[in-house]
Amino acid sequence: MLKIKQYIKAESLAQAYELNQKRNNRIIGGMLWLKMSNAQVQTAIDLSGLGLDRIEETEEECRIGCMVTLRELEMNQSLERLSGGIVRESVKNIVGVQFRNLATVGGSLFGRFGFSDVLTCFLAMDTYVELYQGGIIPLEEFAERKRDNDILVKVIVKKTPGKYVYLSHRNTKTDFPVLTAAVSCVYKNGGQEPCKQRNHKSADFECKDKQKMGYDIKVVVGARPAKAICLRVSEEWSDKLENRVCQTAEIEKLARELAEQVQTGTNMRAGAAYRSHLAEVLIKRGLLKIYGDIQGIGGDRHAD
Amino acid sequence: MQISLVLNGKKITEEITPDLLLIDFLRNHGCYSVKRGCETSNCGLCTVFLDKKPVLSCSVLTARTDGHAIDTLEGLQDEAKEFGAFIADQGAEQCGFCNPGMIMNAIALFRENADPTDEEIKEYLAGNLCRCSGYEGQLRGIRAFLEYKRQGGASCRQ
Amino acid sequence: MQTVGQPIRKKDAEALVTGKPVFTDDLAMKDCLIVKLLRSPHANAMLKKIKTDTAKLVPGIEAIYTWEDVPKHRFTLAGQTYPEPSPYDRLILDRHVRYVGDPVAIVAGENEECVDRALKMIKAEYEVLPAVLDFHTAKDNEVLVHPEDNWKALCPVGADNQRNLCAEEESHAGDVDAVLAGCDVILEETYHVRAAQQTMMETFRTVCYKDAYGRLNVMSSSQIVYHVRRILSNALGISKSKIRVFKPRIGGGFGAKQTAVSEIYPAFVTWMTGKPSKIIFTREETQTASSPRHEMEITVKLGADSEGNIQAINMYTLSNTGAYGEHGPTTVGLSGHKSIPLYGSLKAHRFSYDVVYTNQMSAGAYRGYGATQGIFALESAVNELAERLHMDPVELRMKNMVREGQVMPAYYGETANSCALDRCLMRAAEMIGWKEKYPCRDMGDGKIRSVGIAMAMQGSCISSVDVGSATVKLNEDGSYMMSIAAADMGTGCDTILAQIAAESLECPVGNIAVSGADTDTSPYDSGSYASSTTYITGTAVRHACEQLREKICSQAARMLECGAEELEYDGNVAKDVKSGKTVTLEEIGVASMCNNVQALQVTESYSSPVSPPPFMAGAVEIELDKETGQVEILDYAAVVDCGTVVNPNLARVQTEGALAQGIGMALYENVQYTDKGKLLNNSLMQYKIPSRLDVGRLRVEFESSYEPTGPFGAKSIGEIVINTPAPAIAHAIANATGSKFRELPITSEKIAMGAR
Repeated sequence: MLKIKQYIKAESLAQAYELNQKRNNRIIGGMLWLKMSNAQVQTAIDLSGLGLDRIEETEEECRIGCMVTLRELEMNQSLERLSGGIVRESVKNIVGVQFRNLATVGGSLFGRFGFSDVLTCFLAMDTYVELYQGGIIPLEEFAERKRDNDILVKVIVKKTPGKYVYLSHRNTKTDFPVLTAAVSCVYKNGGQEPCKQRNHKSADFECKDKQKMGYDIKVVVGARPAKAICLRVSEEWSDKLENRVCQTAEIEKLARELAEQVQTGTNMRAGAAYRSHLAEVLIKRGLLKIYGDIQGIGGDRHAD
Repeated sequence: MQISLVLNGKKITEEITPDLLLIDFLRNHGCYSVKRGCETSNCGLCTVFLDKKPVLSCSVLTARTDGHAIDTLEGLQDEAKEFGAFIADQGAEQCGFCNPGMIMNAIALFRENADPTDEEIKEYLAGNLCRCSGYEGQLRGIRAFLEYKRQGGASCRQ
Repeated sequence: MQTVGQPIRKKDAEALVTGKPVFTDDLAMKDCLIVKLLRSPHANAMLKKIKTDTAKLVPGIEAIYTWEDVPKHRFTLAGQTYPEPSPYDRLILDRHVRYVGDPVAIVAGENEECVDRALKMIKAEYEVLPAVLDFHTAKDNEVLVHPEDNWKALCPVGADNQRNLCAEEESHAGDVDAVLAGCDVILEETYHVRAAQQTMMETFRTVCYKDAYGRLNVMSSSQIVYHVRRILSNALGISKSKIRVFKPRIGGGFGAKQTAVSEIYPAFVTWMTGKPSKIIFTREETQTASSPRHEMEITVKLGADSEGNIQAINMYTLSNTGAYGEHGPTTVGLSGHKSIPLYGSLKAHRFSYDVVYTNQMSAGAYRGYGATQGIFALESAVNELAERLHMDPVELRMKNMVREGQVMPAYYGETANSCALDRCLMRAAEMIGWKEKYPCRDMGDGKIRSVGIAMAMQGSCISSVDVGSATVKLNEDGSYMMSIAAADMGTGCDTILAQIAAESLECPVGNIAVSGADTDTSPYDSGSYASSTTYITGTAVRHACEQLREKICSQAARMLECGAEELEYDGNVAKDVKSGKTVTLEEIGVASMCNNVQALQVTESYSSPVSPPPFMAGAVEIELDKETGQVEILDYAAVVDCGTVVNPNLARVQTEGALAQGIGMALYENVQYTDKGKLLNNSLMQYKIPSRLDVGRLRVEFESSYEPTGPFGAKSIGEIVINTPAPAIAHAIANATGSKFRELPITSEKIAMGAR
């Protein structure tokens, strides 16, 4: 059972940081993981008095305090608009409302858990983390780092116009995912609409142009079961998607190529081979959805 | 350490250990409706309100409730009786062990969304496991309760 | 009928929905010693040394017990009528530990903290032995799970501890080999069901204390108070008169609590220390050291002529009882005896089995009790046979199913006196839209919709074994007290039995107060299991009420100074037809308590030579994602013949709850062991039961027959309702994918990878 000798509600980040440098001291987020451990904690450091439970929206970004709960992410309208709904989509399957009223975004990302829906989702967006000591760094870089004693203060998501898709496969609706996948498609220059029209013939799509802008297409695959990884769609492929008649078969090929880069493993929930198969299926579905939506890029910003 | 909180409308000041979980604090204070069904935050049996929001009391440090308000089913007896009657009219309470948590969370749902769809009901209550009922009877009871409310049953809010 | 057949609210409903303290831990004394168990980390090991002296020094520790401290005679924890078919293979604590989780020491202390500390300080040294972890290799394995000399089987069930055999048997009617040889179509397949968990929301728990007479009082979340009393008497070696066992409200049982999983530990502590104590199993203990379903592998051989007349069934079941034999010799019997009789067309059948010991968690009783496993196998095989015959599986069943009035040779030669199985099947098929939807429809979006179907049966008691009793007495205000030892575990039997009493006594159900189960005050009842409560205890209630009516009438006749035969009685007023004088029930009650020598109290027991099967059909429609293998339950139509439906609400919810359990077992409730024998699905995080988003739409209807031997025509419903989902869903998946899945759970992974 978890044992805690002392509980301190931090009065400043500086105090919290200093306390957190001791080996047996722990910052408590939503408590959901810590509670299950047998940790012997000397001092539990609570950040809940530091005003980090708010989501602030500016012209350029959303700044999410580390103590914001998953339920607040789910209900937040700014994030809903910014992410095209994938933030809500990524957390809505996590256990239940009462759980999501406790679990924090800081705890979810700091843990860099393999199964994390939240990490997969935020990696797909233009996300940064603000660390007390380490300053602001891209989430992708943070995800690669080893756990240390810094404090994740805020999560910053840039309002980059784009299209986002979030998909997961689960054995039951509220279980951990067997695999997660998110796909994002944003302009290189954050510019305007590239496609004025789209012809839609059965499952094949065609973009007829117009003015070439260039996309960044990013694919994130999590719960492999290892930590989520980010894959970039090559410029060549991005161009293809933007400029040419793109057959479903070609997108399938791209999905296969991407899925081959995803290393998968086996745990209780599924085997590596199935995960590799799912990676291909979910990436394909994500890309098809993005491709179908592509003409609407930039629309969200104007809709604001 | 000393904390003060408002439990079911009553202010309590008490010495506690830093690792005391809220569920144990509540049961020590006679709130026996709060049940433990797992150790992994999966079952929803221990649902209480923390500042009016439904949370899992098994996963909250009592220390963190200092200065906050906690409500359990003991403090919501009228609502529990009114709504629970509709569950009972389906026989869907069955063993009853998951009922307090489910009823707490259903009350939270009705306060947030007075006229939820079936899908919204299922999503909101997804974290409340029940092994007896298969959930259908609970859904029938909730629908019947909402219909009664639409027909002008007494207000659900305190 | 006035009360029977009404959807009456459960008597304890308001307490339950308002969260009143009515469960074991809510009622425990505050000064109970906390009891916890140190458990074996090894699947098979002998304790070399166990050092507890430093642990005993932890402040607050009252006692620590090891194998050296407990009685040396063996017993079983199975809640069964004596002599139990389950072998006597347990000690309270044993030097030989036989699965990961087997108790090694009992620690009792003032609070959880000191007990946890002491648990860490006990030093146990093990001689780790090779373990039997594959039940296929258990029989005649050189590693013996129970090599001990004092192991014993009380009943001739074919048990032999020197062969790792908990039971074996063969039974047959007709010459199955000869009949099969003459069949046009033969199908032989093997099916596998894992040790699924009951997963009731309230884990195992027991509170013990000594009363003013020095007797051991045991309050426990149990389905079987009288059996627990015997088990404790066996385990502790003390007289039954020194033990009282009673149950408060139970947070679900499903058979799990038909085994005395938690009682012996605090009972031993309280008996030794004289102090009150309690044990609350963690969810992890409940998932890893309890009494789940028996894992079974069942081989079915079916023979039919080319017209689709099923002529013979040969079934062999290999059952894994785990480290101990609780319910091992009996569950296996149902895998054949409660599946084969579904087919009335047979010319011959054979059913044989082996039940083996392994170094895995001991199994127990879980709703369905072996029938679930057998029906998954047989109904899946029949669906495969239909495909082989190019016949509609509904038509094939209509052609072969058991009909009312038929003798069932595989069901102990009993006659199906009440059977609406044909109506159940037709109605289930109609509800699901079988004709339009069978076998499947491609939705054109990567999804495919398909249907599947299965039938089921169960019993209504253990014939000539189970005993149900009721004591009914009249109060002076005309209300009644009814005492029973059947265990309402949420199912509503207190209310159902009160409905039967109210019907018999012609009074409102509110006039019947129900108490129990309590070995001090309730008349003997074998307990709530084997689907027996409505049928057996219900009949006892009926008999007791009829006798009480007679006594009431004779008291009234005395008061009216007339002969009992001149009396008219309507449950409220007795009238002397000649004189026209009347006396009310209240007056009769008052008179019974003044200058009276005839008690207005009756106790009746009942046991039945037959166990009339309820029948049902289940049909499912699923949507299957062809790429991911994801299965969504769209609609489940269940039609049940439980005889007269005593309380339609409660019968419906029983059915819906069991369908959800069956759906979980079919699709994702998994049991996974490491190669060292450690069970991985040890929490609600890792053993996934359905949430309300997973079950789809469940629709239940009743097609009632009338069972002449049951109370007001009733049979049973508690168990049968879990039996159809697994075979029906497996069928639907086969109809969607063309692949047969013969092992549960059928995960999306198996479907997707199987289809590739």
